[in-house]
Amino acid sequence: MAEEKHKARTIAINTIARVEGEGALRVTVTDGLVQDVELRIFEPPRFFEAFLQGRHYDEVTDIVARICGICPVAYQMSAVHALEQIFGVEVTGSLRDLRRLIYCGEWIESHALHVYMLQAPDFLGYDSGIAMAKDHADMVTRGLRLKKAGNAIMTLLGGRSVHPVSVKVGGFSRVPRRRELEGLKDELLWARDAAVATVRWVAGFEYPDFLPDSLFVALRASGEYPFNEGQIVSSNGLQISATEFERHFAEQQVSYSNALHCTLHGSPYLVGPLARLNFNHDHLSPLARQILAGTGLTLPLRNPFHGIIARSVEILYALEESLRLIELYDPPPSPSVAVVVRPGSGTACTEAPRGILYHRYRVDADGIIREAKIVPPTSQNQGRIEQDLRLFMPRLLNLPDKEAALACERVIRCYDPCISCATHFLRLEIERE
Amino acid sequence: MERQKETTTPVRPRLGIFKFTSCDGCQLSILNLEDDLLTLGQVLDISYFPEASSDMRAGPYDIALVEGSITTPEDTHRILSVREQAKVLITIGACATAGGIQALRNWADVEAFKRVVYPNPQYIESLTASTPISEHVRVDFELWGCPIDRGQLLRLLTDLSAGVQSRLPSHPVCVDCKRRGIVCVMVAKGIPCLGPVTRTGCGAICPGMGRDCYGCFGPAEGSVLGPGVPPNTASLAKQFHHGLQLIPVEVLRRFRGINGSVKPFREESQVWERLGRDE
Repeated sequence: MAEEKHKARTIAINTIARVEGEGALRVTVTDGLVQDVELRIFEPPRFFEAFLQGRHYDEVTDIVARICGICPVAYQMSAVHALEQIFGVEVTGSLRDLRRLIYCGEWIESHALHVYMLQAPDFLGYDSGIAMAKDHADMVTRGLRLKKAGNAIMTLLGGRSVHPVSVKVGGFSRVPRRRELEGLKDELLWARDAAVATVRWVAGFEYPDFLPDSLFVALRASGEYPFNEGQIVSSNGLQISATEFERHFAEQQVSYSNALHCTLHGSPYLVGPLARLNFNHDHLSPLARQILAGTGLTLPLRNPFHGIIARSVEILYALEESLRLIELYDPPPSPSVAVVVRPGSGTACTEAPRGILYHRYRVDADGIIREAKIVPPTSQNQGRIEQDLRLFMPRLLNLPDKEAALACERVIRCYDPCISCATHFLRLEIERE
Repeated sequence: MERQKETTTPVRPRLGIFKFTSCDGCQLSILNLEDDLLTLGQVLDISYFPEASSDMRAGPYDIALVEGSITTPEDTHRILSVREQAKVLITIGACATAGGIQALRNWADVEAFKRVVYPNPQYIESLTASTPISEHVRVDFELWGCPIDRGQLLRLLTDLSAGVQSRLPSHPVCVDCKRRGIVCVMVAKGIPCLGPVTRTGCGAICPGMGRDCYGCFGPAEGSVLGPGVPPNTASLAKQFHHGLQLIPVEVLRRFRGINGSVKPFREESQVWERLGRDE
């Protein structure tokens, strides 16, 4: 072990690997004390909120899907729910179920990608899922097939898995026949078993002992694990509807990042699978609850490294839920309900794979978007990533720079940050008479 | 970790995958190869793919896949370095090939965006236009789509590895609808569809889902008149206006979308922008 030789030292990661989008990290240490931790999101801003202004409301789903290739359904879902609130449209019954189902597909696809291809290599000592396949071919193949099962749901309902095309205000442009959905069943049953094995597999990894103080935020719905609906709840007692989001959550710009930092009453907080599971484990399916209990972990989970376990439990839940929804499915009389345009403002929050995703729109009498605001999960988690790195850093200070940097990257990957998402939100406050 | 000596393994072509301004969807399409992904990793030496691997090795690369458009001063330098290191450079997706959806900024005042939008606009480095890779460096092959089609990507990589010149079809989506027996959404439902002027590649996904094509694969090329002929956007736009009663600004919006900055779509949208102003 080296003595305190690092008078002033900078640990830098120029490109954070195995995350979506482009980010970097800069940590400065003086006299053995961590000074600054800067998660730099240099992914260029893409001005989505500005592009939405002046577009017709029925174009929104195609545009916001392009914010993220990994979680386009989340953007489409938050958008349609916010717009439906403006028009007073209610989507119920099997159309509502289909929205839940396509969201399940996205969770399975996104979570399986992260668990197997992006994060598991950290625990097993590989640079990538592809490299891991040399020694663990069965595992990687299982992960890819799980991911494919999620994509199959998205493709059937949405036409394709990256940027699906069928979601619209009021429902879908086309809904599947019963037998099309039933065609998915065999593969989903296989995937359910694979998901059980996944939870057991990741629960056996070695985890650093790390329990930062955590403020968790997620949706909480009555009687079901949350996807599209629910109250926003926090571990310090907040319980609000999406309409009140901006009264409690605020975004700040920092000089070193193209993404805004979002805080709750000034504090950083955590959204995503860990937060969701902590608030909603009572709404898991019996099998998912049983498998989670079998890991021996006690809730609430506070170790960010356990995110991979929460994600795996959610894969299992999403598969169980998909099978349930397919069993229930009774094709609706029409793929969408009628929409009558009226002017107004609407908000919605849904649970993207990485956590709550907030949208607000203002629409005029012609159905044209006049204002849009989008707060993605990664902007919300940024402050927490920095805070947790600051707490974790002291145990890395005796490592050579390269190893310390690698360890920091492992911490960052726990949050499954989606940097592409995080740079598309801009605060657009335009006052018009 | 033990590393086997690669003395017996034939030299595999080195692949680098680079990202500029984009949503990651086209890189995800590579990971979505699923069944073929591990084979791809055996056939090609994936030397640089930060989205999926921490093992980031320097060039030269036999093949560089580039996702995303150029939108920052730094991007303009980085793409030169990618080009220098790559034998064959392929753009993947609408952003890299056409400027992408972020090219909508090309009609706007980006400085004003930044001032209105960020409390401290001076921190934000962003060019006034989003431009395709081909405006900066020589591009050997362009793969269209938002997102790209996995099958097309696989075919292109296979052809390249085998030293075969790749050709991908560029006819309009309409042809695919006829082949698949999809009822025309424009004729039957009166929905303004870009299928007649949009390049094939997706397999007519949108009409198959009961809605209009919105131009993900960019302008079609070639027609009964011969190869390289641009699509007849003017005729389609007139049909939108006279036949389907779209007002000029609605015709404009149809063309100014995912691939709005590509010449045939860009010029058509500008025609209707002028018509809208004159009305």
